[in-house]
Amino acid sequence: MNRFFAFIPLIAFAGMAVYFWMGLRQDPSAIPSQLIDEPVPVFELEPIRGFDQGLSHADLEGEVVLLNFFGSWCPPCLIEHPMLMQIARSGEVPIYAIDWKDEPGAGAAWLERHGNPFVRIGDDQSGRTAIDFGVTGAPETFVIDREGRVRYRHVGVITEEVWQETLLPMVEALKRS
Amino acid sequence: MKPLLIAISSFLLVAAAPGPDEIMDDPALEQRAMSLYDQLRCVVCQSQSIGSSDAPLAVDMRLVVRERLLAGDDDRAVLGYMQERYGDYVLMRPPLQANTLLLWGMPFIFVIGGVLLAFRYVRAQDKPGETLSKTDQAKADSLMKEEGLE
Repeated sequence: MNRFFAFIPLIAFAGMAVYFWMGLRQDPSAIPSQLIDEPVPVFELEPIRGFDQGLSHADLEGEVVLLNFFGSWCPPCLIEHPMLMQIARSGEVPIYAIDWKDEPGAGAAWLERHGNPFVRIGDDQSGRTAIDFGVTGAPETFVIDREGRVRYRHVGVITEEVWQETLLPMVEALKRS
Repeated sequence: MKPLLIAISSFLLVAAAPGPDEIMDDPALEQRAMSLYDQLRCVVCQSQSIGSSDAPLAVDMRLVVRERLLAGDDDRAVLGYMQERYGDYVLMRPPLQANTLLLWGMPFIFVIGGVLLAFRYVRAQDKPGETLSKTDQAKADSLMKEEGLE
């Protein structure tokens, strides 16, 4: 019996090591979205400077789409941008965007410089729509189904890997269903 | 001239949307806002409340809190508004529910476990010391003799 007690610290250590190791593999900044399988929040945003069309929740219904939150102030968005351009060129899924808390005109200038992969863009200067979506940082991308329900949220940059292994299969499955 | 200036400046004060760090007119409301700031987690910085964070999103969230309060929401409704968007995560004080049972229960488990262990230890001390068997006693005696300790 006493011999068993001698092993308690070792067992406790092993348990904690496994637990912490699991914790290391999780992204602590990824707060689970409250919107999964819920309809997109109601919003109506003005166009960014130089564009005719703004964006509202109704625009996101009818087909499977991606909704991307970006800002010209956001360095990771620039890293993500070529991937969004590639997705737009592929024609797999239309990408809508919300320009989050940008200076007037800054988002438009940014798109002018780097190319515009977006079908329509809404200007969220107050940041309220981002809060309604539970956005914690840019870039963030939502997969929205035909009925206008949020099906998935990706936090951070869409890499080639994320696109090929997660988003594209999901978009294809949603288009088939 | 002076009345005109006062009129203009008071109009400007009324017209301005509530800035995040602007003090609200009603001190009771202000107090509630401050307390709510401390109960909501900044979702960018996470270990800070929105009251202690300067992140732009925290500023926006403070603004939302003020707007909800001015719209007449009670404290629960304001917290609920945020919880609807950001989940339980946004609350600095996690609610007691199935998936947080272990979190809340852990301190009690540790305290009870510790008390049990301490109890065990004290009880073990109380036991009369073990006596050596006759052969062991003889062995010990002869060893002591050898060393000249007796």
